[in-house]
Amino acid sequence: MAILVNKDTKVVVQGITGKEGSFHAKQCKEYGTQVVAGVTPGKGGMEVEGIPVFNTVKEAVKETGANCSLIFVPAPFAADAIVEALDAGIELVVCITEGIPVKDMMMVKDYMLKNYPNAKLVGPNCPGVITPGEAKVGIMPGHIFKRGKIGIVSRSGTLTYEAAYQLTKYGLGQSTAVGIGGDPVHGLTHRDVIEMFNKDPETEAILMIGEIGGTEEEEAAEYIEKEVDKPVFAYIAGITAPPGKRMGHAGAIIMGGKGTAKAKMEALEKAGAYVIENPAKIGETVAKILKVIELEEEERTSDAE
Amino acid sequence: MKLHEHQAKEIFAKYGIPVPEGKVAFSLKEAKEVAEELGEFPLVVKAQIHCGGRGKAGGVKIVKDMDELEKAVESLLGKVLKTFQCPDGKPVNRVLIEKATNIDKEYYLAITLDRSKSKPVIMASAAGGMEIEEIVKENPEAIIIETIDPELGLMPYQARELAFKLNLPVKEFASIALKLYQIYSDLDASLVEINPLVLTKEGNLIALDAKLDIDDNALFRHKDLEEMEDETQLPQLEVEAKKYGLNYIKLNGNIGCMVNGAGLAMATMDIIKLAGGEPANFLDVGGGANVEQIANAFRILMADPDVKAVFINIFGGILRVDRLAQGLIEASKMVELRVPIVARLEGTNVEEGKRMLQESGLNFIIAEDMWDGAKKAVEIANKQS
Repeated sequence: MAILVNKDTKVVVQGITGKEGSFHAKQCKEYGTQVVAGVTPGKGGMEVEGIPVFNTVKEAVKETGANCSLIFVPAPFAADAIVEALDAGIELVVCITEGIPVKDMMMVKDYMLKNYPNAKLVGPNCPGVITPGEAKVGIMPGHIFKRGKIGIVSRSGTLTYEAAYQLTKYGLGQSTAVGIGGDPVHGLTHRDVIEMFNKDPETEAILMIGEIGGTEEEEAAEYIEKEVDKPVFAYIAGITAPPGKRMGHAGAIIMGGKGTAKAKMEALEKAGAYVIENPAKIGETVAKILKVIELEEEERTSDAE
Repeated sequence: MKLHEHQAKEIFAKYGIPVPEGKVAFSLKEAKEVAEELGEFPLVVKAQIHCGGRGKAGGVKIVKDMDELEKAVESLLGKVLKTFQCPDGKPVNRVLIEKATNIDKEYYLAITLDRSKSKPVIMASAAGGMEIEEIVKENPEAIIIETIDPELGLMPYQARELAFKLNLPVKEFASIALKLYQIYSDLDASLVEINPLVLTKEGNLIALDAKLDIDDNALFRHKDLEEMEDETQLPQLEVEAKKYGLNYIKLNGNIGCMVNGAGLAMATMDIIKLAGGEPANFLDVGGGANVEQIANAFRILMADPDVKAVFINIFGGILRVDRLAQGLIEASKMVELRVPIVARLEGTNVEEGKRMLQESGLNFIIAEDMWDGAKKAVEIANKQS
């Protein structure tokens, strides 16, 4: 099962003739993803790494049946690329591009909600989505992931790698890992992805990696409290971040006293999530607690017998 | 990117939002010329800095004649103004000189992004003059908020509704609100704020202060605004780091950090604190982390006299660790490394990378993982200070 992407996902890479686009299209393909097409306006008819290039997304969809787009188009043209994918009937758009103006994303999200309420956008400014062993639609190093039962959702790229690496080291595989991105306006939220993991039978536990800024982690906490029975682990980066300073990601800023790591940790703790303080001990903590939960369940079942 | 008050007011005036008559001055001579041009007293002299709380810190002065004007300008220009929001202070390299306004009542008006809705909001309050944070804390009901549809923009009825609720002249207020939204939208603003919006004793509305922040990501289509940036208002190391594509923010501790990725960089600061130390900075060298970037990152870290140890935390990912180690070694030959460097590297070819660092003869201390690295860096920093 897993969520969002699997071995049947057919990917079109927008911006495939660029440096990033061609490199990662190849990496995704090597991982086993079905990269069926690329798009660069004016370069139709070319081939990149054996992948046919089209002038438009519509054409690529028609010729190859692509149902997922991976975007590397430079920031000034990225909004246009997302809308082109949506208008071509793409159901899942993964946008890697960093530095898209907030206004552009606001217009795109508004357009998407009004015209394609069922389409899904991951990112922008994100590492993408991976279902280990099936499909990698993004820029993450595939080899640190291992298939398993933990769903990861994160606002940060390298911190996702760090967490996945630690989990894998403790023998804990992942169902799917989703990088939702570090921009203030983006597609799927923590809450949206947690809801998907909650409904996915393969996912048995959820690891959420948040950071300062906004109130998405708090909104996820509300949902967790009401709807999620699976164990949820959470790490929030930025407990030492000063207010008013943008910590790299455009979205990572404490403003008007809102968006502090402390408030997010408290909300998650209250919702019943296991909040991990030490980012070096994510794997270790998840492994320990899952073991305890497993033992408790065994006891419960043996008591019942 | 932040603009100065005088720049924001020039833009407001262009859009037809009433602002006090006035002009910016970079020297005493210019200030006197502006005063003569305005042709009347009292005037208001306002220090132009990128920081709030100027009034309480003595950065805004009312002057009754040329003598007082001269004294006021001299007390501000070329000085560093410290406010409760910026305890380290900001340099004053220009003052705004304006005609005084007869204030009857003060209001608050702003447009910004509501992240949870992904839509702009207009916020208004009769509790003007205070910082919005204070209003939120003390009396959240005092703020009226309207969500704006990104496609339609602010509708006139919404602006009228705010005017009725605040009991303000409807036509004048609606006109200001609609023009403010036009500025927000046209200029890719992340915040546009009038605090206070003043109702004068004569019954007119006027923007007594003006704040305009522009979305950095949109500057590529606003070259004219980009040129207006006053870099003296930013910490100098941050300005320099930006030139090399590095994201650097100075903090108060003594352990320099060099990390790839914003999230991991924040986590690294946090783990230093957890290990009992204090991070000296946030520094994201980006995904690529090439030799030149690392060398520049070293240069910036070493320029901070507070730094007693450096903690490099890099998760290689697709980047191979042996190549990264090569970069570290080459970069450290280009810059004098005056403090010990603790390096935690992870990713493909990590063993080879670690061996290269160990055999380089340079002052590198290899960490096993993030926690080990943080503890080692803290131990060294504590010994040195």
